[in-house]
Amino acid sequence: MIEEHVKLVLAKKVDVVKLTKEVLAIVKKLDKEYKVYAEISEDLALSQARALAKNPKGRFAGVFVSVKDGICVEDVQSRASSKILEGYKPPFSATAVQNLIEEGAIIIGKTVQDEFGFGGFCTNVGLGFDIPLNPLDKTRSVGGSSGGSAAITALASFPHIALGESTGGSIVNPASFCGVIGLCPTYGRVSRYGLIDYANSLDKIGPIAKNAKDAALALEVISGYDKKDSTSSKEKVPIYSNLKKDVTGLRVGIIKEAFGDDVSKVVKDSINKKIDELKKLGAKVEVVSLKKNIEYGIPAYYILATSEASTNLAKYCGMRYGATEKLEGSFNEYFSNIRSKNFGEEAKRRIILGTFARTSGYRDAYYIKAMKVRTIIIEEYKKAFEKYDVLISPTTPMTSPKFSEISKMTPLQHYMADVLTVGPNLAGLPHINIPIKTKDMPVGLMGISNHFEEGVLLSLAEVLTK
Amino acid sequence: MKVDEKLVRSIAETARLKLSDSEVKKFTPELKEILSYFSKLDELDTSKVKLSLQPVEVRNVLREDKVEECFTQKKALSQTKHEKDGYFKGPKAI
Repeated sequence: MIEEHVKLVLAKKVDVVKLTKEVLAIVKKLDKEYKVYAEISEDLALSQARALAKNPKGRFAGVFVSVKDGICVEDVQSRASSKILEGYKPPFSATAVQNLIEEGAIIIGKTVQDEFGFGGFCTNVGLGFDIPLNPLDKTRSVGGSSGGSAAITALASFPHIALGESTGGSIVNPASFCGVIGLCPTYGRVSRYGLIDYANSLDKIGPIAKNAKDAALALEVISGYDKKDSTSSKEKVPIYSNLKKDVTGLRVGIIKEAFGDDVSKVVKDSINKKIDELKKLGAKVEVVSLKKNIEYGIPAYYILATSEASTNLAKYCGMRYGATEKLEGSFNEYFSNIRSKNFGEEAKRRIILGTFARTSGYRDAYYIKAMKVRTIIIEEYKKAFEKYDVLISPTTPMTSPKFSEISKMTPLQHYMADVLTVGPNLAGLPHINIPIKTKDMPVGLMGISNHFEEGVLLSLAEVLTK
Repeated sequence: MKVDEKLVRSIAETARLKLSDSEVKKFTPELKEILSYFSKLDELDTSKVKLSLQPVEVRNVLREDKVEECFTQKKALSQTKHEKDGYFKGPKAI
């Protein structure tokens, strides 16, 4: 869809300004109904459209892009959906955003997320934000934490992609709940410069799109080495959009432990049907055990993620940007006051957990231990990738739950819902959500591949969604 | 390890959070449940395992020591209400 549109824009066969005005009117209306945006960047979109109308250029010419709130866009309020960043208009854009802008993209807004990425249902939005509603059933969750990005992608009737960010599953999870493609790339594939950090050793920016081709085109634009992010990779960026439409001989490992009793029947049945399809198309399918991953992934992930988050969130103190007050009291009093008033409940919970895990006396038992378990998990994957090109499991154990069900869950139950996605995130492996339509809510099939093998996942998505 | 209200209050203070009594009451049993679940990692013998700070090994990343144009002071100060003489003004330290 993007490819044809870009051709038309470059040939000046589209009135980009008129189209942008129409799209802005549509997204404003959708936002009223589904609460997907934290901010709509009307002025920026129009100025980009006008510049493009005069001089159409770029691989993303005239493509509309929604950006997760935690990814900075210059001069557009970017809050990671947290009240503590109220009023913050970054004086720079994230590299991923800048790359898209330079290729002619039109940025239409910042999408709502769980505050700083702390959640899997987008119900942990910051104070004062509305919880987004699932486009397919308003009584259900859009998933999280890149929930707004997935929801607007499902809703968009115009050429569009969204940027999401994943720390423990925050791209594939909402993509699964909303029935769209979500691709979390290899750690370091896309620069993290300009991302409002959750956990630096885990954060990845990636595209959410209606189809595999659009996701591939977006990944091509946002990938690559960036001197502003020392963890970004110098690995060459392949032409992802040359999708292979053949799975003959593809070595597929089905993760045995990902089909346990806590996985719903509709999820199991839908995935199994797709596996049968792959077999018929000539893929070599086997079952593989990733026991340690499924069993120890959650505690290892939550210890590391909260530890890193608690240090990252230490910088929010009401002095340099975001929420602020009159400078009164000692610095401890002032900082504590601002932080206590402006962080939401889950942010406080994770700060306390992470601070605890790094406290002397507990550090070895939690933080250091979790980093060692991370090594064990990475090795388990490495062994599996000696035999397989792609590993398959459901993305989430269930389809999108109702808000009434979510409100009954304890914090630990919330964390446990990430059981299938934390593994590839701990190991920095690329993973994709491939949507499967059902007569009710969509099911998500997750493919995981080895480092820098995003191409395999995109081809798999192309085959399974046709 | 004993997770009680006293511990939660002390950790919160370290993290510069003032929790209300009701927050402490809510968080304490929740954290107890979560941390006891985290102890599951004790089942694994990691005595001979190296730790992974990153998912993909990152070696020393160095750049040439060369003066370059970067973020201006004006831009860095553009988001604060507490600017004085080109610096951030903070609350009293002592």
